[in-house]
Amino acid sequence: MAVVNEAVEKTLTVTVNGREVKAAPGQTVLEVARSIGVEIPTLCHDDRLEPYGACRLCLVEVEGARGPVPACATKVGDGMTVQTNTDKIRRLRKFVIELLLSNHPLDCPVCEAAGDCRLQDYAYEYEVNMSPWGWHPLQFESRDDHPNIARNPNRCILCGRCVRICRDVMGIGCWGFTNRGYDTIIDTPYNLPLEEVGCVSCGQCISTCPVGALSMKRSRYAARHWQTDKTTTICPYCGVGCEVVVHTHRDALVRTTATVGRGVNNGNLCVKGRFGFDFQNSPDRLTAPLVRDENGDLVPTTWDVALDRVEQNFKRIKAESGGSAFAVLASAKCTNEENYVLQKFTRAVLGTNNMDHCARL
Amino acid sequence: MTNSIKDLHEAQVIFVVGSNTTEAHPVLALEVIKALRGGATLIVADPRRIDLARKAHLHLPLRPGTNVALLKGMMRHVVDMGWQDDDFIAERTENYEAFCESLESMTVEQASDICGVPADDIRRAAELYATADRANILYAMGITQHHTGTNNVLSVANLAMLTGQIGGPGKGVNPLRGQSNVQGACDMGGLPDVFSGYQKVDNPDAIAKMEAAWGVTLADREKGMTVMEMMHAVDTGKIRSMYIMGENPVLSDPDQHHVEDTLGKVEFLVVQDIFLTETAEFADVVLPAASSFEKDGTFTNTERRIQRVRKALEPRGESMPDWRIVQSIANRMGAGWDYRSAEDIMREVAAVTPQYGGVTFSRLENVIPDVEYAQTDVCGLQWPCPTDDHPGTPILHSQQFSRGRGLFSAIEYIEPAELVSPEYPLILTTGRELVHYHTGTMTRQAAGLNALVPEARVEISQQDAARLGIEHGAPVRVTSLRGSIEPVAWVTDRVSPGLVFMAFHYAEAPANRLTGAESLDPIAKIPELKVTAVKVEALS
Amino acid sequence: MTSTTAIRRPTELHARLVLPDVEIGICLGTGGVAAGGEEVFAAFEAGLAGTGIFAVVKPREDTCQGSCASITGTGCRGMCAMDVLVDVLTRKEGVESKVTYGTVTEKMVAKIIEEHIIGGEPVHKWIVLSDDEPTSHNEFYQHQDRLVLRNCGRIDPEVIDDYLEAGGYRGLYKVLTQMTPEQVHQEVLASGLRGRGGAGFPTGLKWKFAAEAPSATGEKFFICNGDEGDPGAFMDRSVLEGDPHSVFEGMAIGGYAIGADHGYVYVRAEYPLAIKRLKIALKQAEDRGLLGANIMGSDFSFHLKIKEGAGAFVCGEETALMQSIEGKRGMPRLRPPFPAVSGLWASPTNINNVETLACVPWIMTEGAEAFAGRGFEKSKGTKVFALTGKVKRSGLAEVPMGLTLRDVIYSIGGGIKDDKEFRAVQMGGPSGGCLPASLLDTRVDYEELNQTGAIVGSGGMVVLDADNCIVDTARFFLKFTQAESCGKCVPCRVGTVRMLEILTRICEGKGVAEDIGLLETLADDIKAGSLCALGGTAPNPVLTSLKYFREEFEEHIHDKKCRAGACAALTTYWIVAEACTGCRACSRACPVDAITGEKKEVHVIDSEACIRCGACYEKCRFDAVRRQ
Repeated sequence: MAVVNEAVEKTLTVTVNGREVKAAPGQTVLEVARSIGVEIPTLCHDDRLEPYGACRLCLVEVEGARGPVPACATKVGDGMTVQTNTDKIRRLRKFVIELLLSNHPLDCPVCEAAGDCRLQDYAYEYEVNMSPWGWHPLQFESRDDHPNIARNPNRCILCGRCVRICRDVMGIGCWGFTNRGYDTIIDTPYNLPLEEVGCVSCGQCISTCPVGALSMKRSRYAARHWQTDKTTTICPYCGVGCEVVVHTHRDALVRTTATVGRGVNNGNLCVKGRFGFDFQNSPDRLTAPLVRDENGDLVPTTWDVALDRVEQNFKRIKAESGGSAFAVLASAKCTNEENYVLQKFTRAVLGTNNMDHCARL
Repeated sequence: MTNSIKDLHEAQVIFVVGSNTTEAHPVLALEVIKALRGGATLIVADPRRIDLARKAHLHLPLRPGTNVALLKGMMRHVVDMGWQDDDFIAERTENYEAFCESLESMTVEQASDICGVPADDIRRAAELYATADRANILYAMGITQHHTGTNNVLSVANLAMLTGQIGGPGKGVNPLRGQSNVQGACDMGGLPDVFSGYQKVDNPDAIAKMEAAWGVTLADREKGMTVMEMMHAVDTGKIRSMYIMGENPVLSDPDQHHVEDTLGKVEFLVVQDIFLTETAEFADVVLPAASSFEKDGTFTNTERRIQRVRKALEPRGESMPDWRIVQSIANRMGAGWDYRSAEDIMREVAAVTPQYGGVTFSRLENVIPDVEYAQTDVCGLQWPCPTDDHPGTPILHSQQFSRGRGLFSAIEYIEPAELVSPEYPLILTTGRELVHYHTGTMTRQAAGLNALVPEARVEISQQDAARLGIEHGAPVRVTSLRGSIEPVAWVTDRVSPGLVFMAFHYAEAPANRLTGAESLDPIAKIPELKVTAVKVEALS
Repeated sequence: MTSTTAIRRPTELHARLVLPDVEIGICLGTGGVAAGGEEVFAAFEAGLAGTGIFAVVKPREDTCQGSCASITGTGCRGMCAMDVLVDVLTRKEGVESKVTYGTVTEKMVAKIIEEHIIGGEPVHKWIVLSDDEPTSHNEFYQHQDRLVLRNCGRIDPEVIDDYLEAGGYRGLYKVLTQMTPEQVHQEVLASGLRGRGGAGFPTGLKWKFAAEAPSATGEKFFICNGDEGDPGAFMDRSVLEGDPHSVFEGMAIGGYAIGADHGYVYVRAEYPLAIKRLKIALKQAEDRGLLGANIMGSDFSFHLKIKEGAGAFVCGEETALMQSIEGKRGMPRLRPPFPAVSGLWASPTNINNVETLACVPWIMTEGAEAFAGRGFEKSKGTKVFALTGKVKRSGLAEVPMGLTLRDVIYSIGGGIKDDKEFRAVQMGGPSGGCLPASLLDTRVDYEELNQTGAIVGSGGMVVLDADNCIVDTARFFLKFTQAESCGKCVPCRVGTVRMLEILTRICEGKGVAEDIGLLETLADDIKAGSLCALGGTAPNPVLTSLKYFREEFEEHIHDKKCRAGACAALTTYWIVAEACTGCRACSRACPVDAITGEKKEVHVIDSEACIRCGACYEKCRFDAVRRQ
């Protein structure tokens, strides 16, 4: 609570596009602008990462400053006056996008990121038809041998987010900048396979890539971003309770993502949460009840037959030996509601407290 | 957890004991990494050089099963140096004198001899932890899965109370729950001794409350059996029928041969799951359940946060959400239930469960105005949340402990139940790996995960491997008193000589064929999965 | 001010020396070594061996008996065009006489020993400078005021006693015994010293900020930026090679002023000689207690490390430099926070350039007024320029601020080589600009130069004559910055490439009318949008060229003509039949056999085969080869 009180005591007043806004010390221009719904474009910024200031899209004008300043990294001061959308600023932003498109492959029709691509969005918003300096698509080659992470260096805009998320958030550092200037690409140390440089396959680099340079290999060509339905739920694996967004198309799970700024995981996921859901679409899923036939084989049947069998046997054994002849295991993978009704069933219907689950395992 | 996930990085010192956090709780581990970046000090007590041990300022590679000795050594040094928090002890705890006497039985040097950690490192760890303004402990199964698991947990609690490192931001004791809803399954009464909300099944008031709410007379008014006891009771014929919902004891429980034998003996076995698991193979009736993507409901995570699970797809084929199946069976047995939705059930849970009293589905949609989460929108309520207007409880025990005063326990060190012998000269410790999960039912189906780790591996030191003529990646046989399995050898410096490690995810080489079910913790009935004597042989 | 009782004066720290009869000083700066200085040195050693003169190579360790000559390898003395330079100082009956020989080779050594050292009569034809008689080169030093370079070329940089004898470490002694840290940065502020690395920020103010910044880590750092990278600039190298202790002393004084007890000298790896001498000097200073723990017995400690760069120009940018020291990829980061607040290892850090630091001991011993008494308006003291290109005397020249470009180029530099026409002077390297003849009376002064669009910068001064194409020169400098861009921010990484493409196209005769406009908007946006000064100043050479030499761009684009004949694609060579004697010099020089013709007959250039290298043009003695 101390944090809050301190912030209240030291509230700053900032003017953004003519509107007075209250802000806390330490907040950036970007944060304050967003708090009142003023969007400032960014490519190299991710709320999970420290400000970097490389893409130059978030430049804004601050009264009294020598030139445009990056909103992502500029801390607000009391009485600061900010303009986020002047002609000069829009021209500079358009310039940056033009430069980026001047060497971008423009293979959007087959790019995984299409529809979920910042560069695409901003090129549209800033009405960049084509670069005035011609089109010189990059011609890099890179390894692409990881089972889950697809790489395309020619779509890379060198925002460094993958480098920083792996180093700063994951504490690993698989990615780095290789070469200099225009020849810079993102690569692993010595161009080794990702698996050999400590990669834990979390796909965090994919999650932060604002374009299609890094994408999920196994869901390629499955469904476009706009074709999928998105449902926010909780990851069924460990007990951390990460919020995941499940993308589904027709009756299949296509991919999972997480939303920055949401949930206990704040957009982060691990290898299982990002690449571990093939079971959902597995042909081996049980789709009908099974009962053991006279040969001792488990055979598909109807719910009525199966439940009849359960009812008869439960009733018989309860009548013969009472509730204490039953043991029931609940599940650490089922919902609260399901575990509640199962223990209620055990105690109130079967009549026993022989109820446990694998909490200790 | 006494504290929230986002609270972990508030600590100046983080003491991780018996938790391979980056692999078992990868996203939670990011808070530890964040704390490190912010200048926090990390102490890791783990027999293996796990990833966090490599990042730690101090790694205490204790011998498996010697947690009590290590913790007592640390506490002895704290008391010797006068670093205990006298105000906290006086105001918030009791039984301190008896506890102090119990420390007399072990010097730091004696502790060092037992656990194998240099005495100076024990002292250094004690100093770092005790003298920090804010220190958090993280622990997991490395503390609990011992026949002295309860003692281990109590020792951790002793350390936190002794130093006053509990009940505030960045100060707490945080057991990490290993499964998506293991916290909720406990909260909901999926245990032999409690109804939902830890209301004792042998407490007459609780019985009366439940009988009134459920409209029944409860037949059983005593504690029931734990899973280990159930298995023995099947052997004796006491248990005739089992109903297993979404569990796979054939792989998850110790001594697999015994579990298989037992399940074979169950007269009528019903298994409800999304796959035909190794356990379902033994069933008389298998009921197809919907996956967690195909139903609504709630999970409660390791920080006690109740969060909404939402349906994204229709159930496959004829499968149904588990609660619907349970209701169908209950009604066939005359229960007369009429739950139309998971939300209906939560209304009843809230009515009978004090900690969940203020939980409704609509409240779970709201973003919690929580200082700690200022940067992210987090939904879901952290219990205790007794009433509709209660905001939930991010930090437990900030004013007082659940029982009032914190009780110090006098604990003596007991050695592991299974010790190495000439025939079984290596200690096997089990746990999880990053890429797969629990019994592999879900993860072994994922091509992207199998491509990364396709097979069961046993981690073995270079020294042992060389001595035994074992090559990296070559198949080996691992044998204990109870059986043999054949994983591939993973020669690594993560384990020290004398120690081998395996995960229990792999049906083809199930680690739990080796582990024992004989030695249970007397209170928690938890098996000693972390210490098994084995031998390892090269397969030519 | 530290307690003074135990502090030992630097003069107590070296032995008094016996003065030899002859002192021979041989330039072993990089220029001297490249011209054969080490061979000349060896030749003097060998040559003296048979003469009965006791030759002392390391005079500090030996004592002289009888007739004695010392041979000293010194640093650069600036007149690099004349290397190897050899000073010979003779002492006869208390009278000293010194001459400097130029372009000495080992073959000339025997004659110098025989006639001058033994015979007592200098070899007049080889003298370039003399105490006794004026020479044509006297002007090189006449206008100079050697303050930064006070010891360069005079002392042996590998012998600390030389530095001590020249008054070294007395500034530090004064600071430690008589001044508080506040007084030190006040003194530097009063001197008017500004950063010599390019930006010209007041040094005293910078120190004040770092001194006043609280340190969360409990540490502060003092860094010397020796990552001199501008093409044509080598003053820092000369100081590091010729007088390393002056930089250390400046750093220790600065460390005391800001409260840092650790420092780094960051030197580019391409300066191996500087690195070698810095390491030797560091060891000697530590051994004498002049650096390290408890300097001169005081309670001030200052530990230095030498850190080699790895070949990135951008590491001269202070934030990139700090990243590099931290072991990270050298990429600039955003400021604020400025290094004075959070720099190396997140601690308050001060960074100064080599030349700046070399001024500091001088200011401390001679006083701020003496420094501020030199210079012009807001630019005080002296500045070292690296004068290169088409001048008669290239080399290093240290002049008081406020001298005009004309003074430097025509007086010190001796005017344009071969008396050709002055075209432009490129000031300040890749961040600077090209100035025309009409601006030759501009003063070397931060403010005055900035107004022209060029900068003082690190002091690179490249003189161009009529044979240099302005467009091509702009392209050269942009190509340099483009290649050295770290790749972090989009405007610099991509924008400079797009500019370079346009410039290349113009030089190749493929320019179109819109290109000048495209260049200007690109340049403006890159300047406004770039993250650091490398990108922010990269367009300067192009912008100043467009400002002062726009017609040359237009000629290239519209007339497909390069007036300097430097842009190969726009140049044609032909032979004027009337002038050709058929001497075959041109055809022999042609690397692609594009010139045909029998001996003593008129030759012809096959313009299809010609690669326009200009070799024939240079060779022809009869002005028969022409180009357009």
